[in-house]
Amino acid sequence: MATTGQQWRLEIDSIDSGAAARRLAERARRLLGPIAHPVRSITTTSLYLVAEPVDQAGRALLLQALVDPATQRGTWTVADATAPPPGRAADRDNCPFVEVSLRPGVTDPVGDAFSRAAALLGLRGLTGRSGTRFLFDADVDPHVVRLVADALLHNDIVDEVSFDAPIRARFVSLSTNDSVEVVAVRGLSDQELVELSRSRGLALDPVEMIAVRDFFASIERDPTDAEIEMIAQTWSEHCSHKTFRAQITWGDGTVVEPLLTQLRRSTDAIAAPWVRSAFVDNAGIVAFDESFDIAVKVETHNHPSAVEPFGGANTGVGGVIRDVLGVAADPIAVTDVLCFGPMDTPIDSLPVGVLHPQRVRDGVVAGVADYGNKMGIPTVAGAVVHQEGFTSNPLVFAGCIGLRPAGLVLTGQEPGDRIVVLGGATGRDGIRGATFSSATMDASTGDVAGASVQIGDPITEKLVADALVDARDLGLFTAITDCGAGGFSSAVGEIAATLGADVELASAPRKYPGLAPWELWLSEAQERMVLAVRPGNLEALSTICREHSVAMADLGSFRDDGRLVVRCDGRVIVDLPGEFLHEGRPIRQLVAERPQEPMPTGRRDAAQIVAHAGELLLAVLSHPDVRSNEDIVRGFDHEILGATVGRPFLGAEDDGPGNAAVIAPLQSTSGRGLSVGIGMNCRTGVFDARRMAEASVDEAVRNVVAVGADPEQISLLDNFSWGDPRRPEMLGRLVDAVAGCCDSANAFGAPFVSGKDSLNNEYVAADGTRRSIPPTLVITAIGIVPDADRIVTSDAKGPENALILVGHTRSELRGSVLDAVLGIDGGGVVPGGAPDSPMRMRAIHSAMVNGLVQSAHDVSDGGLGVAVAEMAIGGRLGVSVAFGTAVSSPESVVDALFSESSGRMLLEVVPEHGEELCATTGGVVIGHFTDEARIVWRIDDQGIIDMDLDDALQAWRGHVAEGNGQP
Amino acid sequence: MTRPRALVVSAPGTNRDNDVAYALSLSGADPVRMPLHVLVRRPQRLLDAQMVVFAGGFSHADALGAGALAGLEVERSLSDELRAFVASGRPVLGICNGFQILVRSGLLPGSLMHNIDGRFVCRWVTLEVVGTTPCVWTSGIDGPIDCPVAHGEGRYIASDEVIGAHTVLRYADGTNPNGSMLDSAGVTDATGMVLGLMPHPENHVVDRQHPRWHRGEHRNLARSLFDSGVAHVKAAG
Repeated sequence: MATTGQQWRLEIDSIDSGAAARRLAERARRLLGPIAHPVRSITTTSLYLVAEPVDQAGRALLLQALVDPATQRGTWTVADATAPPPGRAADRDNCPFVEVSLRPGVTDPVGDAFSRAAALLGLRGLTGRSGTRFLFDADVDPHVVRLVADALLHNDIVDEVSFDAPIRARFVSLSTNDSVEVVAVRGLSDQELVELSRSRGLALDPVEMIAVRDFFASIERDPTDAEIEMIAQTWSEHCSHKTFRAQITWGDGTVVEPLLTQLRRSTDAIAAPWVRSAFVDNAGIVAFDESFDIAVKVETHNHPSAVEPFGGANTGVGGVIRDVLGVAADPIAVTDVLCFGPMDTPIDSLPVGVLHPQRVRDGVVAGVADYGNKMGIPTVAGAVVHQEGFTSNPLVFAGCIGLRPAGLVLTGQEPGDRIVVLGGATGRDGIRGATFSSATMDASTGDVAGASVQIGDPITEKLVADALVDARDLGLFTAITDCGAGGFSSAVGEIAATLGADVELASAPRKYPGLAPWELWLSEAQERMVLAVRPGNLEALSTICREHSVAMADLGSFRDDGRLVVRCDGRVIVDLPGEFLHEGRPIRQLVAERPQEPMPTGRRDAAQIVAHAGELLLAVLSHPDVRSNEDIVRGFDHEILGATVGRPFLGAEDDGPGNAAVIAPLQSTSGRGLSVGIGMNCRTGVFDARRMAEASVDEAVRNVVAVGADPEQISLLDNFSWGDPRRPEMLGRLVDAVAGCCDSANAFGAPFVSGKDSLNNEYVAADGTRRSIPPTLVITAIGIVPDADRIVTSDAKGPENALILVGHTRSELRGSVLDAVLGIDGGGVVPGGAPDSPMRMRAIHSAMVNGLVQSAHDVSDGGLGVAVAEMAIGGRLGVSVAFGTAVSSPESVVDALFSESSGRMLLEVVPEHGEELCATTGGVVIGHFTDEARIVWRIDDQGIIDMDLDDALQAWRGHVAEGNGQP
Repeated sequence: MTRPRALVVSAPGTNRDNDVAYALSLSGADPVRMPLHVLVRRPQRLLDAQMVVFAGGFSHADALGAGALAGLEVERSLSDELRAFVASGRPVLGICNGFQILVRSGLLPGSLMHNIDGRFVCRWVTLEVVGTTPCVWTSGIDGPIDCPVAHGEGRYIASDEVIGAHTVLRYADGTNPNGSMLDSAGVTDATGMVLGLMPHPENHVVDRQHPRWHRGEHRNLARSLFDSGVAHVKAAG
């Protein structure tokens, strides 16, 4: 290791670092409050730390090549164990500073690029690592510097940090490690087995450990480290979905059909002709047009995002894109649903080891943007929600949509086919990700998870994707899967589950020497795909890989007897029958209890609410779960590929809310668009998870219908993020939610084609108390828009046009945004499914096909008041809403404004078509748009709201509004 | 001449090459993908092309600064050939990261810095064509064109003289997304053959791509830039 003696470093400053320095300081003050008040600027300097000595000529070359003299200042200095802090003394005098550099082995694209640049300049064999210096003002107390650094500037899991002294990059140890440990399990008592599972972080249940012990007893040997780790990965919740496959009984003894079976049975019953593949592959596959099918998958990456937000979210996106590559489709769009704790959480109230929500949000958003933007896949749809329950366990749902040739058939792997890995080299990154993500978290999670954090490399994945598409079109592979959780062990394990395989890991490309065989087998290094290839096609495949600068390695071949034999340099490290690996896990037995319904904490004073209707509408509009998140979305490239015709923000000023994304792929000639809508409500699950699920399906469906998708060809995805299902009440809510999903899917005739669950999203505090996330279900709807030239959007188009409300408003205020704003649980009912919704969606769609609908917007979070305001904002028009005597009691006014009943849609129509549209959709005219920029609500000729459109706009943008909206 | 041959140059991380190829074929060119690492080894590949486009993306992840590493490759191994290519009257276009590469390699003047607010931004902008322009890519285009930007390092910096002499595209009032000096969005070289711009004309080549087309707004396609480049090549025969 180059840790002693001199270390050359190139330091690069920007000539106008001032603004960035002030912004960073402001983030620190926002995060830490008054104590950080003295922090006025934090100036960053880029550092390139070089392992090897660089001579004068080399330094001059690099300086000239890497520094733009017009905008940057570059300095070479020597960091010496004994030397004074480097850099220009003037800056440094008495100024506290922090230097941060990635730990050895953590992927460092900047350092790698530095090495490449050096090679390009003829300076062979220079190894660079990147670093950053953060320079504070001279008068800032060292204690404050440390607080800011810990809160904002480094993360122990991936970074090394140095205070007021030059950091010295450490380079990965070259010591080799080929040890294979044998883990004694035979003869262990049940108690000792539990202890073994805990100490190795296997996250296996006692009965599962017993099954492992008994199996190895039966073959009269103990497992190797590689074998026991592989079993833990293969049997993990993450990989085997043991809860969704479990035998569940209610406390009263009634038996529940396994959850996965329920979802599949619902899909089978619907028997939708457009479904090509549901629940079996890496992604669901449905028909798009005569030429293309759609592949779609949504994944969670919660635990990694909690400990290292950027890397966790970054590799979450990379992983779900590989799921789509794993069914040989070209990725064309990404979605993201993000759940954070409240941004105003006091930093000193955070549990030990938990990052502040602002830090988590900034890192997660940057991580999502980095992967999608760099890989060149538009991020087209998403949502951001905030709740106290997400503070310790933030959630990241990343989705990917792909296209593949209609009717594509992969012939499937055969004995003798080669097992080939494409893409990134293998390092120590992401060891034990699957078991990590299947365990609950506590204060030590960050430390033990160190090796579980992966950093993505979107450029490599882009090259792999391009190579795969070429290889697919030439029919060069017979089967394919991605290296996700569990690395080779699960990818090869899956693809060889029935045939078995002979694998030799020696040929696998490595980032650096020193990996133990079991680490090589388990590593979750990113950007790797595993293919089955006929021996005769290897040459052609390697040619394609060369063209795309993609690494390719032949790992071995398929057997015919189901045995998986893995060698490393000839030594056997795994020798297991596939049927034990894949069917040997005892079915999980779980008990569910009916959840206790929480007692209401207050009551809604209808008269008071009506008296302050305008203020409350503004407050609801500015609620973090309702307000515009355009500031986040503008950081995502949603235009690349030129296919995004339905955007996340649109309207007269490009800033109104889109209902759902519409993508019209350039490679398709059918003129169709595919629509992606999302439904979720994480405020109502604690009250009634079944109705929450019904409402979420209804919302997702309405979102795609609102942009013009055909309600008779919608496909659904379910993603559950839940607490520990071994807690009966938690499981009870999960059982309820699955029932709700199935009922609503059947009602709409919209089959589930894929799903994923992330359970155990709980944090155990030092005192043993558990914090669970609220039950969180994300429903993704995929719809087909018959004519992508005629999408419908939510922004109001013309003054005088009539506003029609379709669907019934019931008193469903529990878990509403109104309650959140009032700070109470006012009791009552949460929104559920709407029986008449499927029929109404069909009527709305035919009205759209007939060109009767000028704009459409679904009514969901916040209620009708919000939905009407959003249409007006999008079109920069005023709107006047009037209800008659039917809505005269204060209670019914509150419902009309704020109830979140499902099944409702707002439609804009030119006056002369109003009657026809009402007749066909069963809607009623509730008002009209105006060219006077005001939002006016009258009930029974009583004005209850009269506000400036701009006040609503400011509130919706999260700014405090001037007016109070009262007439 | 039928369908002029247009090289679409890409480095690892270039990701708008397909969009550019689509735009070029709509404009009557015959796009050919050309990895930069191949082109720097065989610069003679330029000879059978009539035009070259450096497409956008994140070459080498922009790890050393936007376009820095690819710009270094071009500067060291391709700049003479490219200058000869231009001198022979054949146009070169650099979009977004391609613009950054042309600037870093010295084929275009000025510098591109981080956006003034320090953030990547994706939004639609309106570009005005500077009246008196010698640039073959913008000649014949009257009236503003709309297209999206998607970049984090697009703030154009140069002396007023350079900007005055070389700017051919300007962000319309209020649409400057990155703090570029004098709203400069695209600059040409002394010959008028080379154009570099941050916005993405390749993403507004059909009407429905415009965000307000569904509101009945009809704006000029940014495809006209490619049309002009192709027209020039065809005229040159």
